[in-house]
Amino acid sequence: MAHASDERDGGTRRDFLFVATGAAGVVAGAAAVWPLVNQMNPSADVQALSTIRVDVSAVEPGSQITVKFLGKPVFVRRRTEEDIAAADAEPLDALPDPLARNANIESDAPATDANRALDETGEWLVMWGVCTHLGCVPLSDAGDYGGWFCPCHGSHYDTAGRIRRGPAPENLPIPVAEFVEDGVLQLG
Amino acid sequence: MSGIPHDHYEPSSNAEKWLEKRLPILGLAHATLTIPTPKNLNWMWIWGIVLTFCLVMQIVTGIVLVMHYTPDTSLAFASIEHIMRNVNGGWAIRYVHMNGASLFFIAVYLHIFRGLYYGSYKPPREITWIIGMLIYLLMMATAFMGYVLPWGQMSFWGATVITGLFGAIPVVGADLQTWLLGGPSVENATLTRFFSLHYLLPFVILGLVVLHIWAFHTTGNNNPTGVEVRRTSKAEAQADTLPFWPYFVMKDLFALVFILVIFAAIVGFMPNFLGHPDNYIEANPLVTPAHIVPEWYFLPFYAILRAITFDILFIDSKLGGVLAMFGSIAVMAFVPWLDTSRVRSGRYRPQFKFWFWGLVVTFFLLMWCGGMPAEQPFVIISQLATLYWFGFFLVVLPVLGVIETPTQPPATIQEDFEAHYDPNTGGTRTLPTPAE
Repeated sequence: MAHASDERDGGTRRDFLFVATGAAGVVAGAAAVWPLVNQMNPSADVQALSTIRVDVSAVEPGSQITVKFLGKPVFVRRRTEEDIAAADAEPLDALPDPLARNANIESDAPATDANRALDETGEWLVMWGVCTHLGCVPLSDAGDYGGWFCPCHGSHYDTAGRIRRGPAPENLPIPVAEFVEDGVLQLG
Repeated sequence: MSGIPHDHYEPSSNAEKWLEKRLPILGLAHATLTIPTPKNLNWMWIWGIVLTFCLVMQIVTGIVLVMHYTPDTSLAFASIEHIMRNVNGGWAIRYVHMNGASLFFIAVYLHIFRGLYYGSYKPPREITWIIGMLIYLLMMATAFMGYVLPWGQMSFWGATVITGLFGAIPVVGADLQTWLLGGPSVENATLTRFFSLHYLLPFVILGLVVLHIWAFHTTGNNNPTGVEVRRTSKAEAQADTLPFWPYFVMKDLFALVFILVIFAAIVGFMPNFLGHPDNYIEANPLVTPAHIVPEWYFLPFYAILRAITFDILFIDSKLGGVLAMFGSIAVMAFVPWLDTSRVRSGRYRPQFKFWFWGLVVTFFLLMWCGGMPAEQPFVIISQLATLYWFGFFLVVLPVLGVIETPTQPPATIQEDFEAHYDPNTGGTRTLPTPAE
């Protein structure tokens, strides 16, 4: 008989079919559930809005505009000499987060002011206006370090958008951004 | 059902016999309604009925509100105003639904603290307790998602902060948050899925409520003494209990009417007292309100979230806060195994009483701090209160069972009852005590 030899190996043909059917059922079940899970990921129209251009030529030094990008605010700040000097003067070991968090440069770059600014002069600072604690929008020109202050849970950021005090773990992140022509900033 | 000796349902008419033979639903209803219930239950045993009423009220008003609400970011806020101004009686239905959530949470907190004080979580009622904790967790999820639907400033920023909690989870956090939101931020996709789940979860809760009732109908109710109903004979069982219908139904309904009078006064005269005015400003992703506050019933746990302002070893403060918040709820689910005392009711545990009332004070302290700005002295108060909260469950409950000398509980429920009430009180049966 065919399954006499199977039984010698510790399992019958029936056992094999039982396990194989069960395994196929699990795979088919998972395959059926996946679309139900994946439908909750961002839809095509949400993903499509991943690059925008902003005219920043009217922004005066010492002022800031807020741009909505991917549903979240981006701060575009044109800093004054004093802002830059104040941020530049900070020793790096005074920073809770030592990394630049700049998507335009390598991920392990230190959080110097030059690594945070967008251009050579250091005038332009472009970063997500989303507190790295729990996602509130920090207020500008506020807090103990002359930069931003998150009213939700009291995080203070300096004039380079670096976290200095409070529960937020990281510096305000800098999105992929560049000047594509004079006074026109491209995000994404 | 509960193993307490009592009379079973006997169909009398031919119609009842015909039905009972095919679907024993009358027997089930009879067993459920006439379950022998300890006759010494005090007024803290009314919250189950209040909670059941709240669930039904929220489902009914919610279904009606959905007939007028539009879950779309461009229309949601306006559709709420449409309900408030144009729909016939819409303002009343919405205010009942809004404040109904608050009544629901008041009742659930009293119900939970009742269970903690009288040791209702102890064997053999662990499953009842855990199902109850699951219901509480789902209630919080449902209330949170419901608060997002009006698409006001607090809706939006509350959703942003709470979904941000999932972003704190290492490795998978960012992807998980995007998946929950359906995009990089709280947007239309978030609103529509929250609407769908806000409609679904109450029915899941309803199912769990059935299991919750089934579980404690199997073990029998706890009672203020924590002494079990005598199961040795029907006469003894009857001396300890009364049938749920009509005795406890009437008592509970009396309490419910009293509570609903207060509820109606709040809905009628101060419907926005427990809400936040910022939620009457339409959601704006570019402006955070100066002070984000969750609904009052989340404040204690929000305070615990904010209390962790320091790193714990390799866990940064953000993840630490999230773990502490979820942990403060999760730890309650484990009390059946954390409490080592063999005396069930706190009534006979002098030291437990002290620590229990400390926990109640801590709960209110945390609630107060949760509504205050994240500044001193509220941060340090929250931190100390958080320490007490965890200390109560993880240190005090296990240790007390070893070091505490409890007082003597009564031998029977009948004995407790007779100490409190005249033996000739109408509708009660008593057995002669052995001494007589």
